[in-house]
Amino acid sequence: MNKQLKRWNPWWTLTDLLTMVERNITGYRRVPQLLIFSTIQPVMFLLLFTYVFGGAIRTGGSSSYINYLLPGILAQSAVFGAIQTGVGLTVDLSRGLIDRFRSLPMARSAVLLGRTIADMLRNVFVILLMLLVGYLIGFRLEGTISDAVSAIAILLLFGFAFSWVSACIGMVVKNTETAQVAGFIWVFPLVFASAVFVPVESMPDWLQHFAKWNPVTITVNVVRALLLDSSSAQDTATYAWEALAWIAVILIVFMPLAIWLYRKSE
Amino acid sequence: MAASAIAVQNIQKSYGNVHALRGIDLEVEKGTILGLLGPNGAGKTTLVRILTTLLQPSGGSAWVESFNVVKDAAYVRQLIGLAGQYAAVDENLTGRENLIMVGKLYHQTLREAAARAHELLVQFGLEDAADRRLKTYSGGMRRRLDLAASLVNKPPVLFLDEPTTGLDPGSRLALWKIIRDLVRDGTTVLLTTQYMEEADHLADRIIVIDKGKIVGSGTPAELKRMVGGDVLEIHLVDPSRTADAAIALRSLENGAIEIDAEQGILRMPVEDGTGTLPKAIRALDISHIAIVDLSLRRPTLDEAFLKLTGHRADMM
Ligand SMILES: Nc1ncnc2c1ncn2[C@@H]1O[C@H](COP(=O)(O)OP(=O)(O)O)[C@@H](O)[C@H]1O
Ligand SMILES: [Mg+2]
Repeated sequence: MNKQLKRWNPWWTLTDLLTMVERNITGYRRVPQLLIFSTIQPVMFLLLFTYVFGGAIRTGGSSSYINYLLPGILAQSAVFGAIQTGVGLTVDLSRGLIDRFRSLPMARSAVLLGRTIADMLRNVFVILLMLLVGYLIGFRLEGTISDAVSAIAILLLFGFAFSWVSACIGMVVKNTETAQVAGFIWVFPLVFASAVFVPVESMPDWLQHFAKWNPVTITVNVVRALLLDSSSAQDTATYAWEALAWIAVILIVFMPLAIWLYRKSE
Repeated sequence: MAASAIAVQNIQKSYGNVHALRGIDLEVEKGTILGLLGPNGAGKTTLVRILTTLLQPSGGSAWVESFNVVKDAAYVRQLIGLAGQYAAVDENLTGRENLIMVGKLYHQTLREAAARAHELLVQFGLEDAADRRLKTYSGGMRRRLDLAASLVNKPPVLFLDEPTTGLDPGSRLALWKIIRDLVRDGTTVLLTTQYMEEADHLADRIIVIDKGKIVGSGTPAELKRMVGGDVLEIHLVDPSRTADAAIALRSLENGAIEIDAEQGILRMPVEDGTGTLPKAIRALDISHIAIVDLSLRRPTLDEAFLKLTGHRADMM
């Protein structure tokens, strides 16, 4: 058997990535439980905090609590959604799919990027849905549409960055249930010791130090500033830079780490 | 080496202090099936993973179609198919979508990938289920689809790691037939298995591996011969006539006859069991020696395995 061997064509880096994104998106379309799981939880938080705790929480702003809360919930759902990246990878690992992909002459980057990008696209859906639900229960956009688009872009990048953290966890723990539990362990303190539900100033001193610099808080700050038009342009810009810096740091650390873990995954 | 489809030289692999492979050498001629036979933990999967570029060896070298599995991995990947112990297929896609996805990852055009997918679905009897999601597939169907996926690029060398473990006998037979057809069409196959029967049935040559080392190799017939040839066991009606029987059978024996005068049993190694059987009956008849029972015992690969490794194949 004489086979024509193909030389590597750099274009394939992109086509392989598209193939993998398509495959993951198809999974999300076919298994709506995954989408529902990633939207029901934030919706429940939204309802719970708006109607049950909201009356008791003082945010100090002029806006209604739902306006204060929704930007926080958007950031929360981006982080919760990131857990699925690692969980999905462990499923592929345990099914032997990752082995199959690694034995194919495909771009090495496509498996991880295909997963994280598909998860980012899923987040577009989740964010739009959350905005809709928020609108129905009283959320009103106070900033401009272009501010809102910027806010969504930052949320997507933020979720994308955390997807890589989650990918590392998935590659290390390998087991699906463990990845699920491990996901909540690192996500919980980030989400609750943050400005998602309450102002950081209302927390005890020792917690404020963590909460203030928590990337979730930083992201919530900028999303709130953009959606609610609640800060000066200068403050908003500062928040945005802080958020982008966090995103960059997370990506710089965890993207290479995830790729390294993938390559050496034996 | 140029002539071999697979060549392995002194391959070693350690995971920390676990020495999974302790220096393996082997060659597989093009168009043949090599059966890699060994118990759980012998190192079969480790060797397959090294040869399919999934794992770096700790030492030694290996070539597939003359391409080094470490240095020329990108080419090796175009020449191999791999079907593992677990069906590596995407549960959320249909059978057809799975095969097309793999074709695209081999950089076939969509048209090529779709045509090849269709061809394989027909060949593997999955046409009716082609557009159903894998969730509805049985274990045997999944394994067939997995094997189909490994053939998308028409690889000249195919690696099958315990392809029938966990399958029902019907599915196993179906898979055996597919594998034989592939080899008839020129594919080289390296197959690992824990089942003697499977190696006996499929392999041109067998390599027995245990604790990371090769402990024996040869054709299935050669391995069986290692544990001795056929043995004819004759149980006489009258134990006092064992000496007479031994004399009557002297011309047929191929090695010393073992006599149990008390029980009236003779055990006689013979060259060709089935040919000797009627002759033995005639010789005893002529000497008027009545028999209770006469049986031919042929060595099995199980015995060969037991002799080579000191333990049974299905035990750790
Ligand atoms: N990733 C790993 N880390 C540590 N030890 C391993 C790993 N993979 C396999 N082993 C060990 O290497 C040996 C050979 O395993 P394997 O190649 O899977 O055997 P087989 O496929 O013949 O059952 C076993 O002792 C197994 O426990
Ligand atoms: Mg194995």
